[in-house]
Parts: sequence; C-alpha cells; structure tokens
Amino acid sequence: MQQVSRRIFFFYILIFGLAWIIVSRVTPDGTSGNTVSAPRKGFIAPDFTLATPSGENVTLSSLYGKAIILNFWASWCPPCRAEMPAFQAIHSQFHDQVIVLGINATSQDNLVDALAFLTENTLTFPILLDPDRVAQQSYAVTSLPTTFFIDQEGVITEVVVGGPMTEAGLAARLADLLAEGP
Amino acid sequence: MLPVLQIGPLAIRTPGLLLILGLALGLWLAERRLPRNGMKADHLYNLVFLAMLAGVLGARLSFIAQHISLFVNSPLVALSLDSSLLDLPGGLASILIAVLIYAQRKNLALLPTLDAFVPALAVFFVFLGLAHIASGEAYGAPTSLPWAIDLWGEARHPSQIYETLAALAILAIQWRKFERSAQTGNSFLIFLIMTAGARLVLEAWRGDSTILPGGFRLGQLLAWVVMAAGIFLLKKLDLTRTGEGSQNG
Repeated sequence: MQQVSRRIFFFYILIFGLAWIIVSRVTPDGTSGNTVSAPRKGFIAPDFTLATPSGENVTLSSLYGKAIILNFWASWCPPCRAEMPAFQAIHSQFHDQVIVLGINATSQDNLVDALAFLTENTLTFPILLDPDRVAQQSYAVTSLPTTFFIDQEGVITEVVVGGPMTEAGLAARLADLLAEGP
Repeated sequence: MLPVLQIGPLAIRTPGLLLILGLALGLWLAERRLPRNGMKADHLYNLVFLAMLAGVLGARLSFIAQHISLFVNSPLVALSLDSSLLDLPGGLASILIAVLIYAQRKNLALLPTLDAFVPALAVFFVFLGLAHIASGEAYGAPTSLPWAIDLWGEARHPSQIYETLAALAILAIQWRKFERSAQTGNSFLIFLIMTAGARLVLEAWRGDSTILPGGFRLGQLLAWVVMAAGIFLLKKLDLTRTGEGSQNG
C-alpha cells in the first residue's frame, strides 16, 4: 500500500514539474532578456567618456563594431604590470579586429608613475585616465586588475577579476569573443 | 554582494573562499557520519583530493590540446597560474575517469560511496548559494515584488537567497537521514531528486537562464530529466530490495 502511494506521489511530482516548465516559459515580452547596462556577463557594457593622457576624449560606445578588451589597471599593482605585455601583444597582432583599452585607476595611482610605466614598456594601445572613478564605479571594479571582454554589439561576454592573464589565455578568449560576433 | 574581500593589500575572492569553506565543512560532516556507513575516511579524502588534482590537470591538458598553436612558441605557459587556460568539460571528464579508476582499484561500491558523500554535498550546496550571493552570479529576473533586491539599478528576484534557503531546507530534511543511512543508495537518490526539484522550481525566477526555442528554460528541462532519472533508479532499487527480501524470506 505504501509502495502504491509513493508511486502516485512521484507521478504527481513529475507531472507538476512538466506543468511548471510550461507555465514558467519565457514569453516573447518576457523579463529574462538583458537590455539594460550592467557590469555583468550578458549585459550591455556601461558607457563612459574618459580622456587619454594627451587630453583626447574617448567614448566607449563610439568603438562598437569591433570587439573590445577593457582592462582596469594601476602602476603599483604587480599582476597589472605583469599582464601588460600580453595586452600589448594582442593589440599588435589583432588591432584590426579588437580594441584593447587600458583604464588607469588614476584616483588610486600616481599619474607620473603610470605615465612612466607606459613609456618604459612602450605600450601603444589606448590608455584612458579615470581620476574621478567614473568608469571604476559604473563597472563596480573592486579589485585590480579586472578585465571585461565586450563583443562588437557592446555586450559583455566575460569578466575576469585578478591576474596576471597570459597572452595564450587572452588569445583563446579573443577567439571565443570573435566567434560569437555577428 | 561582496565579490572581493580586501584585507590590507590582500584581495581575496569571497565566492572561492566560501566554496572552499563549504567543501571543508561538508567533508568534516561526512567524515563524522562515516562509521555507520562503513566507508573509510581515507577513501573519502583521497577521492576528493584525486578529483581536484585530476580536474585541474585534465582541464589544463584538454585546453592545451585544443589550443596547441598558442603553446608552440612558449611551452612554459602551460605551467602558468592563469585560470583562463582551463577547459571545463575536459576537467570534468578527467574527474570522472580518475574517480572510477580509484573506486575500482579500492573495490568501492557505487551506492555506498555516493551515500557517504551526501552530507558533504548538502553542506556544499548551501555554501554554493552563499557564494552566489557574494558574487552576484545566478541572479534573478526583474520583478516588482516587495522583497525584490536592487541589482545594478534594477529590482530583481533574490534568486541567490531562494537557492540558499532551498539548500538549507534540503540539508535539514536530510540531516536525520544521515544518522540512519544504511548505505543503500537511497540517501543519494533522494538528495538528487530534491536538489533537481528545487532547481526546477527556482529556475523560473532566474534572470540568467539559457532560453531554448519556445521559451523553455534549459536548466528546468535538465533538472526534470535528472529528477525523473532519480525517481526511476529509486524505484528500481526498491524493487531489487523487495525481490531480495522475498527470496530471503
């Protein structure tokens, strides 16, 4: 008798499960689509306008159309320094497909040290300064380095907190990023 | 959300810390329940250590095999600590192979071994929920309900809290069973059915579901299949036991 009631119980559980799957489907106007901007995978990358050390303003959304690698760094941060050659190598090899953008956490850095680091390492990809934590706040950056991979349509595909990343790791991620593109 | 715990110059990733804590507490609890089960504590720890080692090595080797051209000029990168150079499916396959080889060599039966791991899994799932609260992963769908939480400027279901509460409820239900587990495989199968059932229900309020054609959520379909398989195996186990009982009788 107990066996039979247990069997009926499990039968109802499975039927309820199927019904719930149907009821909780995402409708075309459903709420699961992420059309808002947030510093998370699957969301639109928060937009910002920051200046280069030479004073030229760059707006992130104006770069859409190419994949973007956004790296937050500071000159005092050892893993940031260690992974910069890898970003430079990716920039040199793939600059026609991807924009590498370094955002210096200027509010936590010494600008003179940061600029000296760029010169010493002959980094040629664009560097933006964030003295008022505008980008750091909108990307909720709590640890350096932090790197965002953004596809051609401005959607974040991956967030990497910490480092240092290797050139091989960056190249593999970039291949995935470009493969997902339109 | 607290993705990074900053202690002076040290930045510790909170979700990772919580998962390690969950694994340690889970294994401690599983070990305390072992005498009744009959499985040796050495086997429990060896299996976990072996799984971790095989997982990391397998994931790295599988990544290298798939991206061999990236390593030709600089083979030492293969030894790098860069966590992005890992392939998850390769790691999981390595874990499975390593665990099966170990279990065969030590003559460990499948069902008693799985039962022995239930306390560890039950505790680990609670900490997995806490890790999601800390990282913001497994976030909820937008809602206007009064208990919604603000995530990235939008009111959302606190799906990570739902997940943690469900795992706590499953741990509480299983707690008494830990005491009288008889190594039959029942404990593991019931844990599997409850966990899959919780996922099936709670996935409806997730904002990061993989959506299939027709609006179906992949996570729910997989959870239903796991639940159905668990029920089928439980039934089969009951029938086998009933058959053995009547033969003995």
